[in-house]
Amino acid sequence: MPDNKKMHEYWKENLKYLAVLLSIWFVVSYLFAILLVEPLNSIRFFGFKLGFWFAQQGSMYVFVILIFVYVRWMNKLDKKYNVEK
Amino acid sequence: MELLTWTWILVGLTFALYIGIAIWSRANSSKEFYVAGGGVPPVLNGMATAADWMSAASFISLAGIVSFGGYDGSVYLMGWTGGYVLLALLLAPYLRKFGKFTVPDFIGDRYYSKVARIVAILAALMVSFTYVSGQMRGVGIVFSRYLEVEIDMGVYIGMAIVLFYAVLGGMKGITYTQVAQYCILIFAFMVPAIFISIQMTGNPVPQLGFGSMGHDGVYLLDKLDGLQRELGFHEYTSGSKSLTDVFAITVALMVGTAGLPHVIVRFFTVPRVSDARKSAGWALLFIAILYTTVPAVAVFARTNLIETVSEKKYDSLPQWFHNWEKTGLLKFDDKNGDGVVHYVADKARNELKIDRDIMVLANPEIAGLPNWVVALVGAGGLAAALSTAAGLLLVIASSISHDLLKKIVWPDISEKGELVAARLSSVAAVMVAGYFGLNPPGFVAAVVALAFGLAAASFFPAIVLGIFYKRMNKEGAVAGMVAGLGLMSYYILKFKFGFFDGGLSAVEALKPEWWFGISPEGFGAVAMALNFAVSLLIVRFTPPPPPEVREMVEDIRIPNGEGQAVGH
Repeated sequence: MPDNKKMHEYWKENLKYLAVLLSIWFVVSYLFAILLVEPLNSIRFFGFKLGFWFAQQGSMYVFVILIFVYVRWMNKLDKKYNVEK
Repeated sequence: MELLTWTWILVGLTFALYIGIAIWSRANSSKEFYVAGGGVPPVLNGMATAADWMSAASFISLAGIVSFGGYDGSVYLMGWTGGYVLLALLLAPYLRKFGKFTVPDFIGDRYYSKVARIVAILAALMVSFTYVSGQMRGVGIVFSRYLEVEIDMGVYIGMAIVLFYAVLGGMKGITYTQVAQYCILIFAFMVPAIFISIQMTGNPVPQLGFGSMGHDGVYLLDKLDGLQRELGFHEYTSGSKSLTDVFAITVALMVGTAGLPHVIVRFFTVPRVSDARKSAGWALLFIAILYTTVPAVAVFARTNLIETVSEKKYDSLPQWFHNWEKTGLLKFDDKNGDGVVHYVADKARNELKIDRDIMVLANPEIAGLPNWVVALVGAGGLAAALSTAAGLLLVIASSISHDLLKKIVWPDISEKGELVAARLSSVAAVMVAGYFGLNPPGFVAAVVALAFGLAAASFFPAIVLGIFYKRMNKEGAVAGMVAGLGLMSYYILKFKFGFFDGGLSAVEALKPEWWFGISPEGFGAVAMALNFAVSLLIVRFTPPPPPEVREMVEDIRIPNGEGQAVGH
């Protein structure tokens, strides 16, 4: 097991990333597409009502982006702590 | 050329391809059989995962469900994609680092307990069997619709094909076949969608097309909302389900997705931890291509259908309407005898019954596309059904030969013996799945809700706590899983089967008694919360896990290093 304190820091940074990404995950799906869908539907986004668009398009785009951002951040973090294989 | 000829040619070609791949990728060790030797490149693994994930239901029924549900259908779109975010961030990299073969492997080692392992094996078998029986039926239905054979005959053909490449190639054969199947199914889904989008809106991208104006200068969605209102349905872009229920179903489906063993095991097959993360991203991207097209197809098909048939004279309807009437997917009953089709929400006056599957199956014909496109959709549907069935069968086979036989009953079985056992158990699994395909339980839909609910209520909390909470011990995890599984089963039995109130006929009347107004489909969210609560409560009053388990948890959190011994 490499330096324990360093690994502890690595883990903490990882958790911070998770908190940020999962908050966005929650906001686009549960907040925009479900809880706030009615008020958002009064906003037009091209031919879509915005809440409806988040429910059937936007949330899915954001999900894909979130995972690729996570991959990028973690690859950088792995390098910084020298734990990539 | 005739449609049937085209279909036989395309289906024949794709099947030859699958068998060729199976022979090429024969598995020689149990590691190749269970996890494809752990050497699948992330992009290909992403494709295979996507094919594994998208079943006949995603391919054929989902657009229809969204088409009839409108906004309500969003729960499936978000629920079945959002789970991958949880999977990528909370499970996949750590399970890859753990480096063994199955989900019960992880539960058993992390919770240093045979009981935990057995609970996990039971849950994995329950989830996979419920899921696979629907798939085999799907194979039969697609065969019968496109190749004009009996459904039972279709199930037999499907069994033979899956048997061939699953037994021969194991995970390795399945993975590379699924890559081919993904390419076929996505091509088959996108071609008609793009054509129809161009026809209706002039925009070749369906995702943009359904937010554009039709040729009359009115936005398509506004037009559809108007049509729905006129006919007495709820507006397409707003739903009819309660907000709580929509919320709960989305949670249950997302968490259930992340807890399904045949999805999780996918991330054991890539070379490195960073590949597991990447591969989850690719998988979701490949899935999202289809899932973001589905709502567009749903809107095109619904608008097309209403405009073509509503308030039109029955005799003047186009030929495709009469073709699909023959299959029973469309039923016209001229109640007031005026020869005009009245399609309305009011059940007493409605004269047209539409099966939701028609939204994908008949789409190419409605849009007047050539026969080879129609045949292509058939080949795509088969690819979707076969790939999912094969992935599930592998989980069942490895639960029996690896988790049960090798780890519990007969620990000193040889490598060769285990490989033979794995092959034999996949034969047995195909037989059982085939049996359910031939004699489908009359409650397939209920059973799928159960599969997701059970996965959400059992695996997800146990795995997440196992990784993120070092102090988590076996007492807490087992109690949590048992409580979650128990409550979920009770709720499904009560509200989906009417088990305590006199059978299926009582189900409708029990609706007002739903806890918090949450449907059985969404109850996985509550059962999962109970699992977490029970686990976290019990752990406070029971001894912490032994030091080597805490070390193991520390180890799986870091991508590099030797880790646990890989293999046996």
